[in-house]
Amino acid sequence: MNLTAIDWVIMFLYFVFVLGIGVFLKRFMKTSTDFFLAGRSLPAWVCGIAFMAANLGAVEVIGMGASGAKYGIATSHFYWIGAIPAMVFVGIFMMPFYYGSRARSVPEFLRLRFDEKTRALNAISFAVMTIFSSGISMYAMAKLIQVLHILDVPLAKMGLPVSWSFHLSIFISALIVLGYVFLGGLTSAIYNEVLQFFLIVAGFLPLVFLGLKNVGGWSGLKTQLPSAFTHSWQGMTNANNNPLGVEWFGLVMGLGFTLSFGYWCTNFLVVQRAMAAGSMTDARRTPLIAAVPKMFFPALVILPGMIALALPTPQQAVTVNGVVQMQTAPNAGKGLIPLKIDVATGKPAVDREGKPVLDYDLAIPNMLLHYFPTGILGLGLTALLASFMSGMAGNVTAFNTVWTYDIYQSYIHKGGSDKHYLHMGQFATIFGVLFSIGAAYTAARFNNLMDFLQLVFAFVNAPLFATFLLGMFWKRSTGHGAFTGLLCGTTAAALHHGLSLPHGDLVGIKGGWIAVLHNYPSEMAQNFWTAIWAFFVCFVVTVVVSFVTKPRDEKELVGLVYSLTDKPSEEHLSWYQRPVYLGGVVLVLALVLNIIFR
Amino acid sequence: MSLDIRYPIGWMFSLFGVILTAFGLFGDQRIYARSLGVNINLEAGVGLFIFGIVMLLLAWRGSAKSKAQAKPDAKA
Repeated sequence: MNLTAIDWVIMFLYFVFVLGIGVFLKRFMKTSTDFFLAGRSLPAWVCGIAFMAANLGAVEVIGMGASGAKYGIATSHFYWIGAIPAMVFVGIFMMPFYYGSRARSVPEFLRLRFDEKTRALNAISFAVMTIFSSGISMYAMAKLIQVLHILDVPLAKMGLPVSWSFHLSIFISALIVLGYVFLGGLTSAIYNEVLQFFLIVAGFLPLVFLGLKNVGGWSGLKTQLPSAFTHSWQGMTNANNNPLGVEWFGLVMGLGFTLSFGYWCTNFLVVQRAMAAGSMTDARRTPLIAAVPKMFFPALVILPGMIALALPTPQQAVTVNGVVQMQTAPNAGKGLIPLKIDVATGKPAVDREGKPVLDYDLAIPNMLLHYFPTGILGLGLTALLASFMSGMAGNVTAFNTVWTYDIYQSYIHKGGSDKHYLHMGQFATIFGVLFSIGAAYTAARFNNLMDFLQLVFAFVNAPLFATFLLGMFWKRSTGHGAFTGLLCGTTAAALHHGLSLPHGDLVGIKGGWIAVLHNYPSEMAQNFWTAIWAFFVCFVVTVVVSFVTKPRDEKELVGLVYSLTDKPSEEHLSWYQRPVYLGGVVLVLALVLNIIFR
Repeated sequence: MSLDIRYPIGWMFSLFGVILTAFGLFGDQRIYARSLGVNINLEAGVGLFIFGIVMLLLAWRGSAKSKAQAKPDAKA
């Protein structure tokens, strides 16, 4: 990789701005609310962009590009089906309870609505999860920097071995994230998410522009890819007929309902961004504002992956019998996507049928390197680094809040002064980052352990939405019901995974570790159905247990349950400012996109 | 809030815009072979600069407005 001074200047300037924002905000961090909830004072558009960008870590950007190359436009379902409806729902129906109850975190809401044990379960699993997510983000970044040889030249100049690239990347990114979160708390994290959002747009828009120009626009792309790659709903009636390997019901129920509502409506990482808004109306508008750029992001992150696949595979001149011929280079893969190289053997990896595997994760980075000359290349790489770092920072801010309010203040040290908890939050930022570094190195050493942990997290998350849905809309549901429901839902998820296996996979981490009762056409289908089972088991168990346990006094549930809470008054707002109408507009737009790219 | 985020966004992007535009105008033109002959630094640079300036203008207008609102409140 040939980076020149101008690329480094851009990268350096970005870091100056990031830390500068932290330094500037330091003086305003006077109370714990300032630090953990940005003083509940940010405008809706800032929270909205952060709400979307917090989820737009680079693992997501790289992953969506990879899926674009692997599955084509069907990847957009993760946006149009798997995000937009849930974002509208959380804004219109759930935010009144999150914001109105004055809960400072999602686990705290569970404490108010249900009981202490439900909160503890959620807080502890969430805290552990954020640390690992942040570590995985850090690991992925260091790995990418290593693969692209970004730091090789500077390291060589300093006389250091190239193998330090990994350590140096982790050290620098951790230091910067620690710096700005420690100084400016959630405000700092949110502001940097907004910066990162615009950077990603600035870096990826020229990439899409050049890529489309090269392949002859959308119509040119259509002619070079299989038809299912450019039609998101083609073949969805049968799991075997489409690239995702899922049928429409599994897609809509699994991805569109249980997984997506579970993530966008209950994950404190994103909900925290809306809680930072200055008023109830702004908090409700936050996810709706976020939904608008979210809807159009497939054009920026999925499209480059598809273009990478459609481009001609690089060729090299080879002399055969004295005649120079152009041949596909060995290990060239397809389009700009190289073959995956097995780390252990150094040879191209093959699947179980002996076919070589493509390294889809390199689709986006290779597109950047292919089209971008020095200058804008610096901007593109900075955008990637920015999204890695804000992926970490988002998790760190969610962690320090849940740790301080829901674990430390609740179980370790009650009744301290506000200053005390503010300092604890800053301290938690430090050890949160340290734990993340530990997690990053664990990921580097034990790849399987990480896969296993992510599987466990998926089991824990799968039933969550059932608990919140019943909690907010059914006043009869009880703490015992919620707690047992969650445990049973998680168990159901694990059992379902243990009893089913995606087609062609080995028994083990992919499933079937109890017995193989059912084969799914793809891993994605298995994931979706795991979530569906977890949701329904949690739902049913919560209802049944709630009926046999004592309900809480209705007076205690005012502001926490739909039927007992006054609807927020929005008569004074013009129609386009009202969340309900905004939500309607967003849904119609998403529907139109689905119809255009059906 | 204490810091209007539009200021840092505006400053950073207009700065990036100036750097890329200048580099696109005066730098080596041969590097644009890979970007299909498009001087992408110049084009993106101008775009970023305009975006940055718009953000700064919005921020200035915003702070002028909030000052105008703050004054009568302070008297009352």
